Amino acid sequence: MASISELHDRLGRREISAGELLEEQLTTIEEQEPRVHAYLRLTAELARAQAQAADRLFREGGPVGPLTGIPAAIKDVLSVQGVETTAGSKILAGYRPPFDATAVARLKAAGLVLLGITNCDEFAMGSSTENSGYFVTRNPHDPQRVPGGSSGGSAAAVAAGEAVYALGTDTGGSIRQPAALCGVVGMKPTYGRVSRYGLIAFASSLDQVGPLSRSVEDAALVLEAIAGVDARDATSADRPVDFLSELEAGVEGLRLGVPREYFQVEGLEPGVRSAVQEALRRLERAGAELVDVELPHTDYGLAAYYIIAPAECSSNLARMDSVRFGLRDESAPNLLESYLRTRRAGFGPEVRRRVMLGTYALSSGYYDAYYLKAQKIRTLIAEDFQRAFRDCDAIVSATAPTVAFEIGAKMNDPLAMYLNDVLTLGGNLAGLPGISVPCGTSEGLPVGLQVLTPHWQDARALRVARAYEMVRDAA
Amino acid sequence: MPLSDWEPVIGMEVHVQLSTRTKMFCGCSSDYLAALPNGNVCPVCLGLPGVLPTANESAVEKVVKAAVALQCEVAEHTKFDRKNYFYPDLPKGYQISQYDLPIARGGSLQVGERTVRITRVHLEEDTGKLLHAGDALHSAEESLVDLNRAGVPLMEVVSEPDLHSAEAARDYAIELRDLFRAVGVSEADMEKGQLRAEANVSVRPVGESALGVKTELKNINSFRALQRAVAHEIERQVDVLEEGGQVLQETRGWSEAQQRTFTQRSKEEAHDYRYFPEPDLPPLHLDGAWVSHLRQALPELPARKRERFRSQYGLSDSAARLFVEDPDRSRLLEETVAAGAEARTTANWIIAADPKLGPAHLAELLRLIEQGVINRDQGREVQREAEASERPPQEVVQALGLAQVSDENALAAVIEEVIAAQPQAVADFRAGKQQAVGALLAAVKQRTGGTANLKVASRLLRDRLSQ
Repeated sequence: MASISELHDRLGRREISAGELLEEQLTTIEEQEPRVHAYLRLTAELARAQAQAADRLFREGGPVGPLTGIPAAIKDVLSVQGVETTAGSKILAGYRPPFDATAVARLKAAGLVLLGITNCDEFAMGSSTENSGYFVTRNPHDPQRVPGGSSGGSAAAVAAGEAVYALGTDTGGSIRQPAALCGVVGMKPTYGRVSRYGLIAFASSLDQVGPLSRSVEDAALVLEAIAGVDARDATSADRPVDFLSELEAGVEGLRLGVPREYFQVEGLEPGVRSAVQEALRRLERAGAELVDVELPHTDYGLAAYYIIAPAECSSNLARMDSVRFGLRDESAPNLLESYLRTRRAGFGPEVRRRVMLGTYALSSGYYDAYYLKAQKIRTLIAEDFQRAFRDCDAIVSATAPTVAFEIGAKMNDPLAMYLNDVLTLGGNLAGLPGISVPCGTSEGLPVGLQVLTPHWQDARALRVARAYEMVRDAA
Repeated sequence: MPLSDWEPVIGMEVHVQLSTRTKMFCGCSSDYLAALPNGNVCPVCLGLPGVLPTANESAVEKVVKAAVALQCEVAEHTKFDRKNYFYPDLPKGYQISQYDLPIARGGSLQVGERTVRITRVHLEEDTGKLLHAGDALHSAEESLVDLNRAGVPLMEVVSEPDLHSAEAARDYAIELRDLFRAVGVSEADMEKGQLRAEANVSVRPVGESALGVKTELKNINSFRALQRAVAHEIERQVDVLEEGGQVLQETRGWSEAQQRTFTQRSKEEAHDYRYFPEPDLPPLHLDGAWVSHLRQALPELPARKRERFRSQYGLSDSAARLFVEDPDRSRLLEETVAAGAEARTTANWIIAADPKLGPAHLAELLRLIEQGVINRDQGREVQREAEASERPPQEVVQALGLAQVSDENALAAVIEEVIAAQPQAVADFRAGKQQAVGALLAAVKQRTGGTANLKVASRLLRDRLSQ
């Protein structure tokens, strides 16, 4: 399947129009959707108008960029003006934001053709997209299996050729893990790289917007379009945006840290381990130096994450109160009942579980024991990474401990589900950039190689992933 | 025990809307009264999914100004926290406030002879308003939400329990109002809800050092109501204790209609606000040099200004208060005096006539009166005209032909007419009734169409009658 730059060249040479490209995509979607269920809703009409505008630019020699006229999908947690945006939740059914998320606005300015809104776990809480309030998305490699999550719809859409690229969000691995399970590239940038304005918050201190794509170069192109400081997000950083100039620089002379703890995590499948080890051997042959590093607080990451993320979500989801937008149970006799009935009807079990966990963790008398302690662990984990990066330029591991699992396999065991994020959530707790790039298969299903780099070294993560992509494809 | 055997102990929590151009976390106007309901809102202050706050720098500056005026220690590191609770006037389901690292702590305010310690000063956002259609909250047909006010910057000033009477509580709130006006951080008009005072009240036997159980008083809409509510609550608590009962820790509202306090929320119903650091806003670092600059740039504060108005201008205590509570007025007074007018005359004129003139024109008007060109009544007329036309009073006097008649020959002729017309008044005066002069002067005023210089006329009349 063609990359963004190939499509851009074809559009530029007028071999194909954006309109034709769009119709091809819509045909693929029509063929794939009955099997994959990646999209919650299509925006074909909007897409046609955007494609026409793109074609006008190409025809009239107007300003075009690499993304002009490229059809893409957006996860259902990013606000799109006038388009129903529900965060995969029944509680937001019918809600149409009156504004665009900054990442969406930037893609529109870069010539986005929006195919539709992709499915996800409700409020991005989950690792399988089974927690969607609407339906389960299937893994294109095996429809009996999950695509991962929470950006499962975005990953599946890209994997099934139903979009050239997609936006996702990553709070504990929600871009990288589904990318790994679906065999596509997925990147979580440094916290603060991409504005969160308009991203329906799950856990504000962990959430980041990022691309899912078929190649590392595509991810870099999309990230260039969406990254950069935004006056509407006080946590966004004013840092230079350049993800392309060192993309092809290779790994020769780079030290890649191999954290012992990440290869000893509970439930790491042997097939996944060997696929990743094979990837590391290839990187070594390409000139990288493999060094052992330690991340001693790895075991505490999951516990800290499942205090901090639910605590923030319990507060972030309080605005879903039936007063101004979304679902409202009109039969409620009073205010309290309106809150209770609406939130019971609107939130699924996983969201309810996390709101309760977070509310408890923040309660008077428990704050120090839970939230404060979790924040201390978060600091220790960030320090683990800082120390490790003294000895290496990037940290490499599996993205997820398993390949795509069967639908329903972990739904009754939240802890087993949570463990699927054990290798990714450290990057969120520390705010680091991380990318997952496909690295072979296990049991015939895709495996992801994760590359983590220090703060603001997003370009280096892309460079290592790109170097691996080259040695992988050369074999 | 009589009331005098009990010592009231009062601490205050005062919320003040800051007079910034925009709201605390978005670009909407903070002038929320100007728009139709829900006409002064945006996705941010509506709390729509996905929006983020950005802190208003001007609001932070105003809190720091207020804090240094209250002699507080300003924090180098401060942050915002979320205070979580559900209510329809709180769009996000949490209020962005400050919990353990407020902008300032540890100040003091002089109220009369007493120093009231300031515990802390912090910054937060205001809520929206609910309108209940129907008689009362619990029988309302429906409740309407107006979010125009949601997100207006709100400063909270918490005092130590250093006040010991209802009057002192009121005076403390007035002193804060004057201070915030002087420093330019708020209009602090209590009737408009720009200043909201809550009093924590307890009583204990005189000589006892342990604090009694306190109640928190809310719903107070004026300084007078504050004084009455606290006075009522002190009496109520003393009654409860004297009858062998116990004061319950609770929040009580003040009913203006019934002039009493009533239970609003008991301790058991108190919220657990689940405070935690606001992850959407990075911590703030307040530069020490900037804070020092703001401290040095403070204007003259009310207590000192009142003292100066008394000593330098010879104003009474109450007149000095009237000026200090209104910085625009005191500025007019000072500038008019600087333009050559006499201080007390100016003060009296400003209090009586509320001129909208600039200091130069006001000084000119007062000079015209002083020099006898016009009398005080004419002065009011000249002021109105000068306000409307924005012309100098001197010109107005000429244009209206208002100059008063001071010419002794002209006035003498009028006096002769009046004496001839009112023989009885003349007789009364000559019989020793001094007041009879008033009736004769009124007649002179009437016959000259109000233009007579009454000072001159009075002298001429007395001379004539003594002949």
